[in-house]
Amino acid sequence: MSVVTVQLGQCGNQVGQELFDVISSDAQDGQRKTYSSVSRERFFRQTSQGDFEARAVLVDMEPKVINHSMNRAAKSGRWRYAEASHFSQKQGSGNNWANGFRVLGPRHRDAVEELVRREVEHCDVLAGFIPMMSVAGGTGSGVGTFVTQCLRDVYPSSFVLNHLTWPYGTGEVIVQNYNSVLTLAHLYQLSDALLVHENDAVHRICSQQLNLKQISFGDLNRVIAHQLAGVLQPALTPDSCGAYSGNPLGIDWQVRPPPASAGRTSSLTAGGFNASLANLLILRGKDVYSAETGGFEDPAIYTSWLPPAEALSLWKSPVPFDKYEKSATLVSNSQALLRPLDDMVRKAWNMFASRAYIHQYVKFGISEEDFLDSFTSLEQVISSYAQLQC
Amino acid sequence: MTQSVVVQVGQCGNQVGCRFWDLALREHAHVNKRGLYDEALSSFFRNVDLRKSDGGDCCVGGRIQHLKARAVLIDMEEGVVNGILQGPLREVFDSTQLLTDVSGSGNNWAVGHLTYGSAYREAIVNKLRKAAEHCDCLQCFFLIHSMGGGTGSGLGTRVLSLLEEEFPDVCRIVTAMYPSAEDDVITSPYNSVLAMRELTEHADCVLPVENQSLVDIVNKISVMSHGAKPGSVLRKDSTVTSGQGSLSPTEKPFDAMNNIVANLLLNITSSARFEGSLNMDLNEIAMNLVPFPRLHYLVPSLTPLYTLADVNIPTRRLDQMFSDAFSKDHQLIRADPKRSLYLACALMVRGNVQVSDLRRNIERLRPSLPFVSWNQEGWKTGLCSVPPVGHSHSLLALANNTCVKPTFMELRDRFTKLYRKKAHLHHYLDVDGMEQSIFSESLSSLSELIDEYHQLDATKARLIPDAPRLSIAR
Repeated sequence: MSVVTVQLGQCGNQVGQELFDVISSDAQDGQRKTYSSVSRERFFRQTSQGDFEARAVLVDMEPKVINHSMNRAAKSGRWRYAEASHFSQKQGSGNNWANGFRVLGPRHRDAVEELVRREVEHCDVLAGFIPMMSVAGGTGSGVGTFVTQCLRDVYPSSFVLNHLTWPYGTGEVIVQNYNSVLTLAHLYQLSDALLVHENDAVHRICSQQLNLKQISFGDLNRVIAHQLAGVLQPALTPDSCGAYSGNPLGIDWQVRPPPASAGRTSSLTAGGFNASLANLLILRGKDVYSAETGGFEDPAIYTSWLPPAEALSLWKSPVPFDKYEKSATLVSNSQALLRPLDDMVRKAWNMFASRAYIHQYVKFGISEEDFLDSFTSLEQVISSYAQLQC
Repeated sequence: MTQSVVVQVGQCGNQVGCRFWDLALREHAHVNKRGLYDEALSSFFRNVDLRKSDGGDCCVGGRIQHLKARAVLIDMEEGVVNGILQGPLREVFDSTQLLTDVSGSGNNWAVGHLTYGSAYREAIVNKLRKAAEHCDCLQCFFLIHSMGGGTGSGLGTRVLSLLEEEFPDVCRIVTAMYPSAEDDVITSPYNSVLAMRELTEHADCVLPVENQSLVDIVNKISVMSHGAKPGSVLRKDSTVTSGQGSLSPTEKPFDAMNNIVANLLLNITSSARFEGSLNMDLNEIAMNLVPFPRLHYLVPSLTPLYTLADVNIPTRRLDQMFSDAFSKDHQLIRADPKRSLYLACALMVRGNVQVSDLRRNIERLRPSLPFVSWNQEGWKTGLCSVPPVGHSHSLLALANNTCVKPTFMELRDRFTKLYRKKAHLHHYLDVDGMEQSIFSESLSSLSELIDEYHQLDATKARLIPDAPRLSIAR
């Protein structure tokens, strides 16, 4: 089963390169043949000379980052990007979601779809797509949303899992909240799942857990890549009978709606504990079969209308990951993102109330109505998550 | 990658422009070790092979043959442009890029804007088109001119309208030199206010620079360098004043001042030219810093100051650089942004600086900076890996801040003092096409602008509650 990654914008291309690097290095150990070959098949294809090329399409509206990522990949000696798998223009999207979504995306649709099609043709069995992007800028967010829409149109029965990087709360881009709101509202309808990394949280990992004094974007990206690879590398699911046969993107992201019931209150900090809808726990390395995971099935952490046995998925792989003797990855569909999402919407709404910067979006075809639709959409998401109760 | 074209108009515009080209060449020479014509160079220079019959433009990737600046030089007197053509930069321009006349504009905006504006309209448009045609993907016009004179102010703003007409999709960034109160051109307030209206209506962004601020900064650098240890070596190849490389009294006084403005242009384009972990393209500047179309006056500040001179002062703490960017001594107009209201702020960092340094300083400085209620985290940041020549790092801050209001109000006062008495008005009204209504309209435009800043200022003291959120049916 193979996955086609679409790297969009500066962030998508920088993180994507780190992701392939971790995966390739993790898969390299010759003693773990099945793991290695499944991982390689998933993310790389081999040329006739035996070189590994990433199953990736690189998209950006300006060329500097793609060039940089391709050079870095080639330097690794273990893998590289295929020569013809990138698309770039000369001038960026200007941090403008409207420019990315309404103008640049449609303008370059054919070229990007062609690159994706070629990558898909190289796959024996397609597991699905991972568009990688930030939500703050113009290309990743705007063009990325448009490309996600195209993937949906052209491959209606494939999984689409978007990896999203959320910016630092204290700006990298002033209009980041507008761009984020527009992106998330659209992706909610288009994507099967949104896997989120927040720069603030990753930054905390770098400073508090890794004790890095000076933190660069490269450091952040490597942490993100490590965590993401921890989800995507081969693992055994309960029903896979000892083979890595599952669709790596085929996590049961679908959550059944709650039964109608009266008297539900909502709170952003429901008793200080984030209620979970569903969790995926992935254990890798030593002692995976004897690890005690009962705590993850505790009904107290799950919303009341889902039995924990259904809400928790457990995957295991006895193969150590990324040189860690033991590691665990938790993918959680819970209220953890509720506060950051609410903050983002609140700030965007305050800015919208004064109509600041709106003329920049109207110029490229996004109206005030479009904004209102996106706000409404996200308020509904916030409301739904806020109503979860353990 | 994209290209930009510099259009320098009038005496001041051409002197500053000249300094910019000198610095740009040095910067690229320092970074470009292999003599290849790369994308970074192509953003401001063409590579011409004079032996080719078709006019000679070479593509990116080959060896450097002959660099030509992507520039148009306009002046209604010949002195400055002739000086450039006889100086060390003569090879960088060819005659098709120049437009000169002999009699000057007599410090009269109307002569520049209307008389020469009409007479040379076609010639100007042709030269601009030529420059644009040499570009693969033209992103931005940088217009440089002074506000107080006649050519820069009058013809310069005419060129601005022409740019909008002919190239509506290309960003227009104007570096405008504002006269000090003690300016010896009596009619400079007229010229400035007449030009301001044009800038408000036709520019995407304006970087206002006040002469007095430049003088103060040059003096500061001078004090710093004399305070440095004896035997300090003067840096040989850093981006510096013209050839001489020292702050000796024999040096032309304006060189050091023009250098600062030239550095501003160099730094604002650095992230578009060179690599970095968080790029900031030119089209992102207008997008992030201009919340309402007319409020596009961005106050620049450059730190450390010693990057603007040849002196070898040991690198001070990185954090000091960030603090300085917000101090009133480093602004290029005489204003104190900390005492006014920030609408938005961009920080463009060059050199060995990481995102954690950036975050730490933003968090540290944020509490002392008043931001408008709807843009509390209004920061746009960029990290470019290539530092300015001879230094390890530098910072350019661009602030959309209501501190421009006092500057504009002073300008309006000086204008009104003259206008009330109708002093020198006939010089303008005698010019074909000039009418009194243009004066009154320009004054209104300025007053409206001041008022818009004033409205925003009024929100500063008030505690603005969050806007009530949409309520969703359950």
